[in-house]
Amino acid sequence: MKVKMWGVRGSIPSPGPKTVRYGGNTTCIEVRSDDDSLIVLDAGTGIFPLAQTLLARLPVTANIFITHTHWDHIQGLPFFVPLYIPGNKVRIHGAFDIVSMQGIQQVMEVQMQYSYFPIREAELKAGIEYVTLTVGQPVSIGDATVTPVLMNHPVTDLGYRVESNGKAMFFTGDHEPWLNIYKPEDPEYADYQGMMDLRQAELQAAIGKVDLLVCDSAYTMAEYPPKIGWGHGTFDHAFAMAQQVGVKQLVCTHHEPTRSDEDLEKVFAEALSRHSGLPFEVMLAYEGLEFEL
Amino acid sequence: MSQLTPELERKLMTAVERMPAFPKSVQSILEMTRNINCLPKDLVGVIEKDPVMTMKILRVINSAYYGLPSKITSVGQSVVYLGINTIKNLALSFAAVGILPRFSTTGFDIQRYLLHSLTVAAVARILCEKYARTELDPTDCYIAGLLHDFGKVVFAQFTSVEFMKALATAADFGKPLYLAEQEHIGADHAYVGALLAKRWQFADTLVECIRDHHKEAVEPTAMLDCLRMADIICRKHAFGDAGNPWREEDLTYIPARFGGDFEAIVGRLGSLEKIVEDAQSFAQIGTERAA
Repeated sequence: MKVKMWGVRGSIPSPGPKTVRYGGNTTCIEVRSDDDSLIVLDAGTGIFPLAQTLLARLPVTANIFITHTHWDHIQGLPFFVPLYIPGNKVRIHGAFDIVSMQGIQQVMEVQMQYSYFPIREAELKAGIEYVTLTVGQPVSIGDATVTPVLMNHPVTDLGYRVESNGKAMFFTGDHEPWLNIYKPEDPEYADYQGMMDLRQAELQAAIGKVDLLVCDSAYTMAEYPPKIGWGHGTFDHAFAMAQQVGVKQLVCTHHEPTRSDEDLEKVFAEALSRHSGLPFEVMLAYEGLEFEL
Repeated sequence: MSQLTPELERKLMTAVERMPAFPKSVQSILEMTRNINCLPKDLVGVIEKDPVMTMKILRVINSAYYGLPSKITSVGQSVVYLGINTIKNLALSFAAVGILPRFSTTGFDIQRYLLHSLTVAAVARILCEKYARTELDPTDCYIAGLLHDFGKVVFAQFTSVEFMKALATAADFGKPLYLAEQEHIGADHAYVGALLAKRWQFADTLVECIRDHHKEAVEPTAMLDCLRMADIICRKHAFGDAGNPWREEDLTYIPARFGGDFEAIVGRLGSLEKIVEDAQSFAQIGTERAA
């Protein structure tokens, strides 16, 4: 199984001289199973350069898995060029939205409305299939299996475990560890804590043993307090999750859009300096980073 | 056994989608959500006092859309699974449906009903903490108390003529309301509440508790015992009114686990004043003129 990062930035594309090394595109990860089935995790702006590489070998069969429908994870979808070419097949997977009561089919409809995009979804030429996922129900893609796992974010967010012939990776999408909404002196505190602990245990069990964990690490610990509840974690949270799950390689992603390459390395080094002897490899995600598992 | 006509059953199932929530929660949700920094626990505190909002949240989260491994039985647990932002937006969509009128066309007083539901819920939770803590989560008892009479709101909204007759029969002849409902509607609120709860895939224990809360010949469970005892205490003290007149013989239905002495059971609960005050405030009883 091969994994390649095409977009590692959080929130908004951040091009420019200060982000050249890590990249400014928003989230997109290409996964190739052993039989070369194409799995794309998220359709941030990083899916556009990925799409260019696919055009050399038509027809394309692409299996896109959307973690959640915030813009930085779907914005590149209308620019996924294989959608416009007859003969290609694109399956778009994602969660049911409990507030709008819509499945993932709304992800393109919403973006491709007349006022916001010149082409209508109905005019796309590829065969498009929408698959609204059920939490915990695996989907087979060639010789790989993709399992959606419910994460914690201000909209339904599915993390994905991708497994192929004994090798596995997990991508959190956007995720913040659960927080107790009560204070320790509130009578509800203990019950809520118990439920959170249960969710944490369920999450760890669902991720299982993986070779590679790609984890939301948007903030530093110092930046985090005013951003509690925004649905993102810190480097320290990512280290903790990697340790709990027992991974070989951790990749920290969803870089803050205001962070220059230099600043990113600085804050990452600071976080690492407080965690010596981590029992796994850890690095910052950058555009073009590849792994062969 | 229900004698609901299939048409009426279909009507009740679909009509509940459009059921408005209670005035105080709608007003509070609209106010609180204007502030981006509103505290999640305050939001939960409002939602879990409204039987309609609670019912709707449990319904969507337990539906097949997510296929969660176990049943979600409380608003707090819903927040852990879906996050406060999703729960907030769900509550806003429920608030947008509108508010229940104080009196339905039946004359059923929705605020006194709410006061009954809230006090039964709170007392059931205390009873569970004191007598059945090892058997189940007190929050599950709270939800059972909050939702046990939900079928009555459904009747008041959607079978108003027949429900009005049932209320009159119960009041005029001192007859248990559920029997009067069976006579005039063809099914009682326990049956209909459980039917909805089952359709919406609520936890089996809750469905059974709603279904059986007026049945004498059922195997008692901790949840059922706490609910029945709380119901007796609140009706005896006239905390609210859900249309079921108090009869002294109801004291004979005190579940065995609490011991037979009603006054002693009530005494062990401690002061109920705060519970009643909080519930009155939420049900807007005694405050309606000021509002």
